[in-house]
Amino acid sequence: MTLVDLVLFGLVAALIAYAAYRVNDVLVYHWNWSRVFNFVIRVDEDTGSLVPNLLLQGLATTLRLAAWATVLATIIGLVMGYWRTSKNLTLRIISRCYVELIRNIPPVVFIFIFYFFVSSQLFPVIGIDSIDREGALVTNSVFQFFFGDPKLLSNFLAGMLCLALFEAAYITEIVRAGIQSIDKGQWEAARAMGLSRFNVLRDVILPQAIRKILPPLAGQFITLIKDSAIVSLISIQELTFLATEVASSTTKVFETWITVAAMYFVLCYGFASVFRYLEKRAAKANR
Amino acid sequence: MTNNADQTTPQSTPIVELVGVCKWYGEFSALYDINLSISNGEKVVICGPSGSGKSTLIRCINQLEVHQAGTITVSGREVKPEMKGIEHIRRDVGMVFQSFNLFPHLTVVDNLTLGPIRNLGMSKDDATKTAMEYLERVQIAEQADKFPVQLSGGQQQRVAIARALCMKPKLMLFDEPTSALDPEMISGVLDVMIELANDGMTMIVVTHEMGFARQVADRVVFMDNGEIVEIADPETFFNNPTTDRAQLFLSQLLSH
Ligand SMILES: Nc1ncnc2c1ncn2[C@@H]1O[C@H](COP(=O)(O)OP(=O)(O)OP(=O)(O)O)[C@@H](O)[C@H]1O
Ligand SMILES: [Mg+2]
Repeated sequence: MTLVDLVLFGLVAALIAYAAYRVNDVLVYHWNWSRVFNFVIRVDEDTGSLVPNLLLQGLATTLRLAAWATVLATIIGLVMGYWRTSKNLTLRIISRCYVELIRNIPPVVFIFIFYFFVSSQLFPVIGIDSIDREGALVTNSVFQFFFGDPKLLSNFLAGMLCLALFEAAYITEIVRAGIQSIDKGQWEAARAMGLSRFNVLRDVILPQAIRKILPPLAGQFITLIKDSAIVSLISIQELTFLATEVASSTTKVFETWITVAAMYFVLCYGFASVFRYLEKRAAKANR
Repeated sequence: MTNNADQTTPQSTPIVELVGVCKWYGEFSALYDINLSISNGEKVVICGPSGSGKSTLIRCINQLEVHQAGTITVSGREVKPEMKGIEHIRRDVGMVFQSFNLFPHLTVVDNLTLGPIRNLGMSKDDATKTAMEYLERVQIAEQADKFPVQLSGGQQQRVAIARALCMKPKLMLFDEPTSALDPEMISGVLDVMIELANDGMTMIVVTHEMGFARQVADRVVFMDNGEIVEIADPETFFNNPTTDRAQLFLSQLLSH
């Protein structure tokens, strides 16, 4: 630690102190963390035990959203990524259009359009809306662990589909780059043995490509968690959406959003650390 | 041009036959009017200066490269660009590359069993048994469970040969199999190839190893600028090449 570091630390500390002073004394803001904390976790009046409240429920929904969207986006990304490298012109055009379309319009705009399509066209056709909200299929705890409150099922699925379709475009490009990074000689050796294109891809190219793309995929997964905040704009009841409600009903804007920011940070930083650890371990194992 | 392909082996039906084969990269003519017929059990060495089209020629035989004119027939079936069933023909044609091209994520034995399991419908046990036999033959059985990166270049190339043999091919193509190897590794690979030749395998070998050519080849094909310039038996070719271009090439080869 040098003198320069100390000076910089001092400056940053002074800046934070100044910001706090402005909020406290100039804005005359009355901090009240306990009101917001009640929205994270609350005491149940009947049983007297602690139960998660809106913000923690929102966090759970965000996690579910991110997990399912990741699964779906990975599947779509693998297929589309392969299509991007396909010999078939139609498949190449479809996948290229998909990627370019999503990468070149703002996510919010895409999600408004797609949400309208999903909720007004797709769900009625496949019958999501007509699932019995009280039926045994959805009222059990396993279902609720994976999909949350059955009353909000179509809301949840719509948000998940939007998010997955949006992120899959980026995964598509990661997969394409991974497939194309594999030496041409690998294709040639495998094709010369008489393997079909599909077998070459499954047995030779993808296993090698996936090792290479795991780090960018992990990064994309974390981006996906952060991007999931966007679906609050179509009223998906995840963390950001519920935070908006908490902030406006309590008027404790700073406390609410600082709490929410901390939750996102812990989530993303936690996953990033896990991925870094796994990556290091894989690197060691490969040696 | 001396093209006496049919004089040496007039009776037997050819396993590979190229008639008037041409290939262009844009304006550039990589192969021009190639006529060559190779009979069962024959060993042909192809040589010529860099860029003369040797690799392109043998890669057209299993359609890793597509030709644009002429016909190529492999064991009686014509191979065409974008054809269905090219996989079946490729199973009969083993190929060994200059850069080995082993699958780095698979162990040596898994490199060998992949083809037979996927293509020949062999069980894993049978495929492993066959694989071990071939690894024994290329004297590398004790390395079966290692990964390719853990082997020397010479060992990797012998694994690559064994991998091709596991598909029980009728014909083997070699594209400069020893030119990426350190000098002390070369003889081990050549020994394996000589043994294979003695077992009666049909072989088309792109190489500049003159010792190997003299010992094994029935014919030497000399190429330059995408054309076959001269075809002769090895003694004639190395001692009395008829064309100026072959003479020039050989004198350059010897001066190394
Ligand atoms: N994909 C390609 N696009 C354009 N030109 C190519 C391509 N592949 C090969 N060529 C050209 O075709 C010619 C023949 O190439 P080929 O690889 O068959 O030569 P070679 O005889 O095998 O040479 P070497 O001894 O260096 O391996 C070369 O001049 C090369 O530049
Ligand atoms: Mg070559």
